Formats: sequence, C-alpha cells, structure tokens
Amino acid sequence: MRGRSSTHRTHRRFGAFSLVLLTALGIGASTAVAGGSKDFQPLVLSEKYRSECASCHLAYPPALLPLATWRRLLGSLDKHYGVDASLEPAEVLEISKWLEPLAGTYKKVREEPQDDRITKAAWFVREHRKIEAEVWLRESIKSAANCAACHTTAEQGNYNDDFVRIPK
Amino acid sequence: MFKQNLQQLFLALVLGVAATAHAGDTTPAAQLQRFEAAASRPASADNGRIFFTSTHGSKWTCASCHGESPTKVSKHASTGKAIDPLAPAANPDAFTDDARVDKWFRRNCKDVLSRECTAAEKSDVIAFLLALKP
Repeated sequence: MRGRSSTHRTHRRFGAFSLVLLTALGIGASTAVAGGSKDFQPLVLSEKYRSECASCHLAYPPALLPLATWRRLLGSLDKHYGVDASLEPAEVLEISKWLEPLAGTYKKVREEPQDDRITKAAWFVREHRKIEAEVWLRESIKSAANCAACHTTAEQGNYNDDFVRIPK
Repeated sequence: MFKQNLQQLFLALVLGVAATAHAGDTTPAAQLQRFEAAASRPASADNGRIFFTSTHGSKWTCASCHGESPTKVSKHASTGKAIDPLAPAANPDAFTDDARVDKWFRRNCKDVLSRECTAAEKSDVIAFLLALKP
C-alpha cells in the first residue's frame, strides 16, 4: 500500500511536468487539462528537448533519471543507444540547462540505472515484473522504451495504472 | 480548481500555437536544387527510391524508420515512436528548414551508411520524396 501511494505521488509530479510537454506536442488542450493535477507548477518548456529528443522517442520526464545519468547521456549523443543523435554544442547546452535542474533527486530515482536506461532501473523492473517477455516484443509495442504503447496518457506524463491498455 | 484548469488551458493553447510554428526558411524544391547543384548532376527519383529502401552496410534502411511509403506516419525502428511522413505532399513541414535538413541527413546517414551521404544521394532521395503523392 505504501508503495502504491508513493507511485501516485510520482505520477502527479510527472503529470505536472508533462502537461507542458503534451501541449508542445500539439495534443488537444482538453486532454492536457484532464491529465493535469492540482500540483501543477509552471515549467519553462524546452523547445529543443521537444524537437530534438522527442522526435525519436517519448519526451521522457527528466525526473525519471538522476543528474549523473543525464549528464552522461548529453555528453555522448553521437553514440546514443546505437544511434547518432549528435547536436551542436550550443544545442546540448540549451537542453542541459533546462533538463538538469529537473533531474530526479527523490529516493526511487536517485540510483543511476544500469546502461543509463530507465528500463533497467530497479523501480522500472519491479513495476513491470508481471509483463511477460513476449508482450514487449509485440509489433504494437516494439520496445520497453515505448511507454505510450501501453500507458495511454504517457504523453501527458500520467503513468497511472488506470490508464494502462496493453495492445494486442 | 476551475480557475486552475483555465490557467492550464491557456498555457496549453499558448504553447500549442508556439509548437506548431516552424522556421520555414526554405522549400523542398529549393533543397532539391541545392543538392543537385552540389552534385553537378540532375537528381533521379528512381535512384532515390532504391537508395531509400536498400540497406547500405548497416541493419537499417531509411525506410526502417520512415516507412516504405513515406507518405504515411511511420514508426521509429527501435523506439516505436510515431514519425511524421517525409514526403512533402503529406507533410507541409518536411524540408522547410535548411539547418534541420542538414542535421537529420548527417545523423541518419551515419545510422544507415556509417558515413555522411553525398550531395547526389541527398538530391536523389528528395527527388523521390517530392514525386510521391499522398
């Protein structure tokens, strides 16, 4: 029970943050309001983060990784999980400035995950332990990095179980 | 609570408008001309199609992420993220930002060819994409 409530707190934090992301991604404002929370705090959206990072993957909430991991990722974008995601130094700096103060500092996320992958973090593995290996490989999902395949409100930063729909 | 929702709605609208704006400093036709001039030969849409759908030493082709028919929304080969169509006829934002064109060619060519693409290859791909109808 304790674990669940802490998960919900986390969800609220992500919800607040990604309400902004959602709107940047051009998704309907009415959905954004539904995905918001009373803990909403205005955050300056990094247009660079949206246009550079979220072109290839979901705009992962900065709070899902600790600062040291983010720094490593931003320092090695030319070798980004097997892909060249390199940017001009000024662009990297712009993203860092926005992202670093938002990096995760709370207990669950403080530890640097193996391979700098959110999906290798102990909390991630624990919370997805009931998902069979076959499910991740489905064409409709493809990768554990594809949060939005099952978390229908991930773009809004809402990872609450109530909105999980696992596609066939 | 209601007031807060209104504030969120307002923010959403403002950001939504800002996000849809794009630089628009060039056109797909101008990009085609730019690379044709650099290659000193006319582009071939046929060559572009073959180039786009073939492997070049790596696992991925251009089509791995952009789809065999780049007039439709496709899925990133590793993350599954939706990618907007590359064909200008299906996506008015495609090839409308000079720096963006250079950046994505540079990065993605390295993933597909393990090197940068030549001007001739780029012009062929754009010719192929420009010829597509939605």
